[in-house]
Amino acid sequence: MTSPASVLDLAAIRADFPILDETLNGQPLIYLDSGATAQKPRVVLDAEIDFLTRNNSAVHRGAHTLAAEATELFEDARATVAGFVGAAPDDLVWTSGATAAINLVAYAIGNATAGRGAPASARFALAPEDEIVVTEAEHHANLIPWQELAARTGAVIRAIRVHDDATLDPAHAASVISERTRVVAFTHVSNVSGIVSPVAELVDLARDVGALTVLDACQSAPHLPVDFPALGVDLAAFSGHKLLGPYGIGALYGRSEILEALPPFLTGGSMITDVTIESAEYLVSQAVGLAAAVRYLEGLDMGAVHAREQDLGNRMIAGLREIPGVRVLGDAEGVERVGLASFDVTGVHAHDVGQFLDARGIAVRVGHHCAKPLHRRLGLTASVRASASVFTTDDDITALLEGVSAVRDYFGADE
Amino acid sequence: MNGLESLYQELILDHSKRPHGKELADETGRTATSLQRNPVCGDEITLRVRVSDDGERVLDVTWDGAGCSISQASASMLSALVDELGEEADGDGMPRADVDARIEGFRAALRSRGTVPLDEETFADAAALSGVSKFTARVKCAMLAWVALEDALERA
Repeated sequence: MTSPASVLDLAAIRADFPILDETLNGQPLIYLDSGATAQKPRVVLDAEIDFLTRNNSAVHRGAHTLAAEATELFEDARATVAGFVGAAPDDLVWTSGATAAINLVAYAIGNATAGRGAPASARFALAPEDEIVVTEAEHHANLIPWQELAARTGAVIRAIRVHDDATLDPAHAASVISERTRVVAFTHVSNVSGIVSPVAELVDLARDVGALTVLDACQSAPHLPVDFPALGVDLAAFSGHKLLGPYGIGALYGRSEILEALPPFLTGGSMITDVTIESAEYLVSQAVGLAAAVRYLEGLDMGAVHAREQDLGNRMIAGLREIPGVRVLGDAEGVERVGLASFDVTGVHAHDVGQFLDARGIAVRVGHHCAKPLHRRLGLTASVRASASVFTTDDDITALLEGVSAVRDYFGADE
Repeated sequence: MNGLESLYQELILDHSKRPHGKELADETGRTATSLQRNPVCGDEITLRVRVSDDGERVLDVTWDGAGCSISQASASMLSALVDELGEEADGDGMPRADVDARIEGFRAALRSRGTVPLDEETFADAAALSGVSKFTARVKCAMLAWVALEDALERA
């Protein structure tokens, strides 16, 4: 049996990422912040430059050849990215990112509630006391838009609890999702624990009561094989910049009957409102870049990427667990996860840990990672997060663990 | 001195481990309290200033809060600075104008990206925070207590 590392040619992959030649504070860069934003392989940078230097023009308008070429590339990009998540091209809408995609859904539901849609949209309308279910593990991007929608419509937010090990409590999910539930919005992979959510269970519970499911796939799409139709979710959002692609682009997937009925932000297929379609049509070089990114990942094979990164995640957690004074957030056994681990160092603030690692060339995220409710639930205000990518080596993890092992001594945490 | 040591001087680590004035005084006399948060990292500080009845002199600064070593040390150093200079004035506290000038001077140095140092004569232990100004992501940490004092004084 071959190990995941041997399936991926790490040396070749690392050569594809120009930024890995950079140094950080005089040290070779060890980039463990892919959960915040991914580094881009050269093919992505080249695709954007090629488009801008050879094909750039306005898409879906104008009769000249260049416009036709640009339109074709734009729509090819949609088909490529849609295919990457198992979707048909018409079921993918470009947005500026996942936050915009989730807001788009929330505002569309709000508009349906206000009666601003075709008759088919009435099914989305919320009544006071209707419930929108989220989880305690959500990123603010999959929480605040729903809180705002609730405030506008009189609906009520309910949250599925997590256990102390940050896994979702399925019994609580079963009791929270009820006949009053109209929307169930949840993350595919927690951006704090790296744990994969039980999507099938939640989708079943939501379906039983006829609730709409909205999946935040920001931390899953870059790291594991994703097939939204197979997962059975109604809608899903992800960002391009976490998916080895450019900033400023993301996508909303929706089952076609949902996209067609959602008013008036979405009027079906890839067509969105006047306002939004204008901005989407400027995302052409970004769409072409994102398509190059997903082709790059498909070339590596997402199954192999997931196996490798899960192995890295398990190594990080196993290593961190052994360091005195370190607490792993989401220290659960036998769960599916990505290559991401958050932790707290007793007696040393996350900012100080991050600064200490930075001096060793190691880039990590510090703070609440836009997931305050989960931090509060785990009794913390901030943590340190290390997240891997396709280019992360075993040595990178060793360097991280060595750094974390030294941090309490440096700050005199035991004194 | 490597980059890290120019930031985390021994004095900073000492203050963060054994902070000065980290217990809110009661509200006897003329006091004002300010709560400041750094939304990025969740750090927060509650700082209370006591001034003389005519508002012309700053008598003491106490605080409580949670945060990184820089924010904790900075609050501690600020509290110690007010105590130290107040004692030099025979325990009568620091003239309000001197405190205002120090807050301004501290802010200017912290925003200078390492070009304006803090002198020990004026800022006492807080001069050790000079190195923070080269770490732009950490300037807010060091400023938190000083902004709280500025805010509290406006209302004292």
